[in-house]
Amino acid sequence: MSTTVEKPASPAAVRPNEPSTLKKAGAWARRAPLLPALIFMIVVTQLPFVGTLIISFMNWNAYYPDERGFAGFDNFVRVLTDVNTRDAIITTIILTASVVLVSLFLGVVIALLLDRAFLGRGIVRTMMITPFLIVPVAAALLWKHALFNPEYGLLNGVLTGLFGENAPQPDWLTNAPLLSVIIALVWQWTPFMMLIILAGLQSKPLDVIEAAQIDGCSNWQIFRHMTFPHLRQYLELGGLLGSIYIVQNFDAVFTITSGSLGTANLPYTIYQTFFQAQDYGRASAAGVVVVIGTIIIATFALRSVSSLFKQEGSR
Amino acid sequence: MTATADAPPTVTAPAETAPAPRRRRRTNAAIGLVAWMVGLIFVAPVIWMLLTSFHSEPDAATNPPSVFAPLTVEGYANFFGADGGATPWPPLLNSLTASIVSTAFVLVLAVPAAYALSIRPVEKWRDVLFFFLSTKMLPVVAGLLPVYLIAQGLGVLDNIWLLIVVYTSMNLPIAVWMMRSFLAEVPGEVLEAAALDGCSLTRSLRTIVIPMVLPGIAATALICFIFSWNELLFARVLTGTVAQTAPVFLIGFVTSQGLFLAKVCAAAVVVSLPVLIAGFAAQDKLVQGLSLGAIK
Repeated sequence: MSTTVEKPASPAAVRPNEPSTLKKAGAWARRAPLLPALIFMIVVTQLPFVGTLIISFMNWNAYYPDERGFAGFDNFVRVLTDVNTRDAIITTIILTASVVLVSLFLGVVIALLLDRAFLGRGIVRTMMITPFLIVPVAAALLWKHALFNPEYGLLNGVLTGLFGENAPQPDWLTNAPLLSVIIALVWQWTPFMMLIILAGLQSKPLDVIEAAQIDGCSNWQIFRHMTFPHLRQYLELGGLLGSIYIVQNFDAVFTITSGSLGTANLPYTIYQTFFQAQDYGRASAAGVVVVIGTIIIATFALRSVSSLFKQEGSR
Repeated sequence: MTATADAPPTVTAPAETAPAPRRRRRTNAAIGLVAWMVGLIFVAPVIWMLLTSFHSEPDAATNPPSVFAPLTVEGYANFFGADGGATPWPPLLNSLTASIVSTAFVLVLAVPAAYALSIRPVEKWRDVLFFFLSTKMLPVVAGLLPVYLIAQGLGVLDNIWLLIVVYTSMNLPIAVWMMRSFLAEVPGEVLEAAALDGCSLTRSLRTIVIPMVLPGIAATALICFIFSWNELLFARVLTGTVAQTAPVFLIGFVTSQGLFLAKVCAAAVVVSLPVLIAGFAAQDKLVQGLSLGAIK
């Protein structure tokens, strides 16, 4: 920490091609503003993960404090052979993949619409962003009580309005619990995807596309060979950032279905193991499994972000 | 796009080279219509939430929906405790405290860090930047238990300062990435020229860098505020009755039976209002923040 006290010397000391005697002081002067943030992050985020790793190898249930001890790989074996965990892993994959793919698809379509000039484009854009700006818990409550409710929810209300007395009145949350959660999440995440794709569309090289138009390329050819390849990295970015956020989703599952009827994803299951069963060892092992899963996704995410990043750097 | 908008309608361009302006304008009108419909579908649940929050409880729970029922602020009055329920003010104030204080901490830590990663970069600054990003990718739920146990050991469970520290670590990587991308836009030549003219470091920071990135700092602050305000999992696990935040309160009060739809909608509107305001204010920079500065 003593290094943070060393304040940067004169600006001249840190300019490139400086004398070597000043180099060391200059390097520390450069590092000084970074250190508080870096140390804070290491302490607050890395140490708990080390803790999780240690506890995952321990036999530790808060209900049986006397039996605490080293458990080896027992927790991992229990986590990976447990039917609930396997179901949770499958649910997490289905939930994440469907929400990301559907919202990405809708995001592309809507971004293509919003890329055109029409009356009230700004208003439509603002309307599209609104779902993303509803607090997730509030959005989940809204869907559960005001929209999905079989007796007085808006969805069935609209069905009655359209088809009269004999309209079908499905009980959304009982008949299709996972689909209901997916619909609510797609509604919240489509704006996110739309914003990223729209940013991609608006940064496409217009001069090249104009040249292609003059050369007689069709709209489809332009989309297929120019717009789409340009959009690819934005699609990747949207897909991967979306995956990282949705893999971790807790609010919607917790609020809409309380993890019942096959909607319990990994974060919810870990929360349950930890909060209700008080089985710390097993909850930690499940946490480690999630970390490993996320690292696999994150490796691709980092590659995608760093490719955008390199482009920017070479500009 | 602009060329088609002000082209005279009488012009008939050869069809082989480019579509006629009139035809393209009609296509654009059709696209506009579709876009409006899609936008309305997406905003409809929010409009419905707003409308229901101003209906009386019996009018809110009808099938088919009574769209034109008389408006009332009963739902809001009930949410704020008129029906004898718990008052939402302590949780709202807790949320406000946690969000604002953690955002302030984030900025104090992130702005200098971003400076050391962009304007006068440390060696291996890319690695440092990706370290920050990698912490954001680790699932929150995996760190939950140790944080809980440490907090229990220190006796700081159900304390708003615990949430402030957690939210600071949650938002710091986002802020570092965002601020770095804003600071990278400050032209190096200007700073060099200022240094040559004998402008001190603090002075060039104060008079050149800070004014240039002020909109960026504001956008970063708004996005950190939104993420802290929305957070549920940590707040649910780490707080109890004293430090509970608005999302935790929101989940708790729905357990009551009977007609409560207007009250729930009023609650959802009140709790979402700060985020809506912050989000619309940061609208232009929203993408940049959400993509961690990868998109300008």
